[in-house]
Amino acid sequence: MTSVTKRLAGVITTAAVVVILIALYIGLYLTNASASVSATQGSGGAQLTLATVAAAALNDSHPTWVSYYAVSPDLKTWKHATTYDLPAHTLVHVTIYQFDSQTGLRNEFLGQATGVTGGKFLLNGKSTSAIDPTTASHVFAIQAFNLSVPLYGIPSSAKNPCSNAPCSMSNDHETIQFSFTTPGPGLYRWQCYVPCAAGFIEGFGGPMQTVGYMDGFIKVV
Amino acid sequence: MTGREHFRRVLWISIALAVPATLLVVLLLAPNMPPGDHTVQAGHQMDDTTILLGLSTPIAIIVLTWFIYSIIVFRERDHSSVLEGPADRGAANYQIAWIATTATIVLFLAVFGSVSMLQDGSGGGQGPSPIAKPDPPAGQAPLQIQVIAQQWQFTYRFPSYRGVETQHLELPANRLIEFHVTSLDVIHSWWAQQLGVKADANPGFDNVAYVQTKSPFKFDIRCVELCGVWHGYMFDTGTVVSDSDFTSWIAQEEQTYAPILKSLPPYSTTYFPDPQRRGG
Repeated sequence: MTSVTKRLAGVITTAAVVVILIALYIGLYLTNASASVSATQGSGGAQLTLATVAAAALNDSHPTWVSYYAVSPDLKTWKHATTYDLPAHTLVHVTIYQFDSQTGLRNEFLGQATGVTGGKFLLNGKSTSAIDPTTASHVFAIQAFNLSVPLYGIPSSAKNPCSNAPCSMSNDHETIQFSFTTPGPGLYRWQCYVPCAAGFIEGFGGPMQTVGYMDGFIKVV
Repeated sequence: MTGREHFRRVLWISIALAVPATLLVVLLLAPNMPPGDHTVQAGHQMDDTTILLGLSTPIAIIVLTWFIYSIIVFRERDHSSVLEGPADRGAANYQIAWIATTATIVLFLAVFGSVSMLQDGSGGGQGPSPIAKPDPPAGQAPLQIQVIAQQWQFTYRFPSYRGVETQHLELPANRLIEFHVTSLDVIHSWWAQQLGVKADANPGFDNVAYVQTKSPFKFDIRCVELCGVWHGYMFDTGTVVSDSDFTSWIAQEEQTYAPILKSLPPYSTTYFPDPQRRGG
């Protein structure tokens, strides 16, 4: 084998290894879906119960980050998951226990709920179509469904706010309930629109830019 | 074979290839390239693309022909005989002809591009004080629409319809649209390809772009500035509809978003919105 051929073989081998490593990295990144939580099925549709907290659990890799959690209706069980499995073409009832304080919306327009069944949601049992944008703590929005619901924040006068997940019913919280109908199967994304990432420039870093805290996926199956 | 004979041979090969290739490009390829002919600005972009491709095709053919011809004909097959060649003394005539030709082509393209862009803005963002304002159809004022970018969605505000904001975009046909593109957070870029419009969306900056719509059609909207983790999902579709359909749609949007209308800030070309309590 001549030196030119040897060099050529070396270059080709190195290039092939680099390409394979890049392909592996991309493949693992694309298929590395975080743990998901399935909505519970009932006669009137599916039920998904979530909670939003000012800071994740103390044993989380980012215990100071704001986050969504999947919870049981009695708040006894908390799971740090932002990928939710929902059945296709089904009415989904969502309950969100909101433990975080008010930050306010950057775009006031998102203070109105859209895409919910009946055009309104329940805020602590009261039928509501929009909130004062300055009182929003978070938003639960699935763009592909045209769904967007603002989550009212607990006031600064709250006596017993929850510092880190998990929280309990005795902590100050707001309860937001709404329903929507899922489309056909597919992988969709959801996100929060409030710049709620404390300690990051304009509130848009950290948990807002990391899947698994203030955003995630909706797997319609 | 002398150098002059090689030159003639390459010239004839180039002409033989360039004529049909240019015809194919101009008549078949260019008319089917994006963005299509759905708006006046997109149509002008198609014309520009056709002219530029028509000019660059023969140039590319000549260069490639020379390149391939040289590799094949002038290749030294006997490596043992490779010696330092004679000094290249230049050929002033060829050099002058080459410089003059390329300079003419480049200057022509620069002037052509500038004139074309100044004609109607070519659908590009022109900043807050546009100089290439297309004339609206007789008896019509441009319809002003604000494009508001945010992580990770575009929303639209219509100052002439009580400042209503919408999630999606519909445009009336046969109307001059004046887009005011801005952002509430980071740098985005609003690209409605088939409309022939692309304008950067910068926070605190009013970027004006024009488009003259024609008949109804559907178009894609994408963010084309890497803007965060969900940048790849920042897309939507818009529609150009008849004037009556647009009137019905915007009336419906005003009704739908009436609850939040009172909470929207007064219409402005830019926003520095609160809150920044969390981020500081």
